[in-house]
Amino acid sequence: MSINQDDVEQAAHLARIGLDNHQRDHHLQDLQQILTLVEQINAVDTDGIEPLFNPLDAIQRTREDQVTEPNQREKFQSLSPSTSEGHYLVPKVIE
Amino acid sequence: MTELSITDLIAGLRRQQFSAVELVTRYLDRIETVDPKLGSFITVTRTEALEAAAEADRKLQLDDSAPLLGLPIAHKDIFCTDGTRTSCGSRMLDNFIAPYNATVVDKLSAAGAISLGKLNMDEFAMGSSNETSFYGAVANPWGLNRVAGGSSGGSAAAVAAGLVPAATGTDTGGSIRQPAAFCGVTGIKPTYGRVSRFGMIAFSSSLDQGGVFARSAEDAALILQSMCGFDEKDSTSLDEPAPDLTSNLQRPIKGLKIGIIREHFDQGLDQQVGAAVQTALAELEKLGAVLIDVELPTSRLAVPAYYVIASAEASSNLARYDGVRYGYRAEDPVDLEDMYKRSRSEGFGAEVKRRILTGTYVLSAGYYDAYYLKAQKVRRLIRDEFVEVFEQVDLLAGPTTPTTAFTAGAHSDDPVAMYLSDIYTTAVNLAGLPALSVPAPQASGLPVGLQLIGKFLREDQLLAAAHQLQQASDWHQLRPALN
Repeated sequence: MSINQDDVEQAAHLARIGLDNHQRDHHLQDLQQILTLVEQINAVDTDGIEPLFNPLDAIQRTREDQVTEPNQREKFQSLSPSTSEGHYLVPKVIE
Repeated sequence: MTELSITDLIAGLRRQQFSAVELVTRYLDRIETVDPKLGSFITVTRTEALEAAAEADRKLQLDDSAPLLGLPIAHKDIFCTDGTRTSCGSRMLDNFIAPYNATVVDKLSAAGAISLGKLNMDEFAMGSSNETSFYGAVANPWGLNRVAGGSSGGSAAAVAAGLVPAATGTDTGGSIRQPAAFCGVTGIKPTYGRVSRFGMIAFSSSLDQGGVFARSAEDAALILQSMCGFDEKDSTSLDEPAPDLTSNLQRPIKGLKIGIIREHFDQGLDQQVGAAVQTALAELEKLGAVLIDVELPTSRLAVPAYYVIASAEASSNLARYDGVRYGYRAEDPVDLEDMYKRSRSEGFGAEVKRRILTGTYVLSAGYYDAYYLKAQKVRRLIRDEFVEVFEQVDLLAGPTTPTTAFTAGAHSDDPVAMYLSDIYTTAVNLAGLPALSVPAPQASGLPVGLQLIGKFLREDQLLAAAHQLQQASDWHQLRPALN
């Protein structure tokens, strides 16, 4: 499987990372090298093997649906680049 | 004072041979003098540390029983600290002051430890040389033109240079053990789930694990003892009682079966490093350990499997940095998409973007099965191979890294060469096992690490073996000439 410029652009768009042409070409070269390394995993037969998502085969623990945290909206919003009246502000999305 | 072991520092504080304020001041002064050469700290919290020391002195007068009362430490800048910047080594979080503490920070503080500040690291813990930090590289105390290793390079360098007796770190693919080896200190990564990940900024959630750096296994055991334990705030925390790490240190290792991993002595290993590790193994044998050759053939695929899984999880975890709720936001965005794309492009460094792109690609439609699922299947084979070998042996051993610390910039243009410096460490994270690195004899004046890998939950056995080795040798007592 070889990766091309369009694949890098598509991945960058999905990841919402802006790249100019120079950066895209640089990342393409790096990704080609990395994928060559990664393809070594095809050397081993994994037919009938289940994927391992947690090294201890643990399953996600759940808890009672109870409120445990106090409301700290002001403290949290003080970290934001832009808020107003309790809302987070972003550039206008509706014309 | 800064040469004493943690046991002696705690005893000195209890006997009032020196006060916590005196001790903290001594370390802060040393940071001020020495750290400009190293760059191991991102933030030094002098005022807060001195206040905490004064409080510790009051409690010492009252015979408070907190086990680490008055002991200076420092945290890798990946652990959230309420009121002090937590940057994760990134421009993205250069302005981020966490609104809460990581569980590790709370636990060590409750045990009486005093934080002197936040330590440098590779950006978002992605790197093996500490050169990807937004705040600059960390120099190796044993050779200032060499890297300290990564990603917890600041933690390793600070402990090696005697700027702090112990430091926290995290290990996703070797990020505690590799810098510990490069800087000549002891570093342990416990079993996955032992140390809470709550408030520890996520890189690869199924691999990340917190741990500790210190100058000896005994010191590391004392700190780790206070860091472990179930935490309901971390959904992957192990619901197991915290282990007793300190009482078992004196246990003799006579008859302990240690598997020597044949693949870790292959042609990729530097000869001098190999010879140093053999000397350390011979010392363990002298102490009564039985060395047995073992093979872990699938672990050769650990680095490629690791880079699929870690990058995939990173691309998902780092989606949260969108410039909306906290962190960096680009100037004057024309629309929402432009805001996301430029904030992330300007806020993240090259290595982080490389991993996000790799992760996004391997998770995308058409490639998911071939890369991501395949890597998770290989991961099971690697884990099962360890489990099988551990039916014959108690511990596994080999070199921590294939070389000593390389020179700064040596692998900057070659990501794959950089990734391969973790060739002996990543399999352990895929399998979730505990492992540590302790100093072996040096090679050409540079530290070498012996890696010991333990069975699930057997940090006690690992630390006991390392402690017995350190009782019989003095490689861990070598100190770099920095003054």
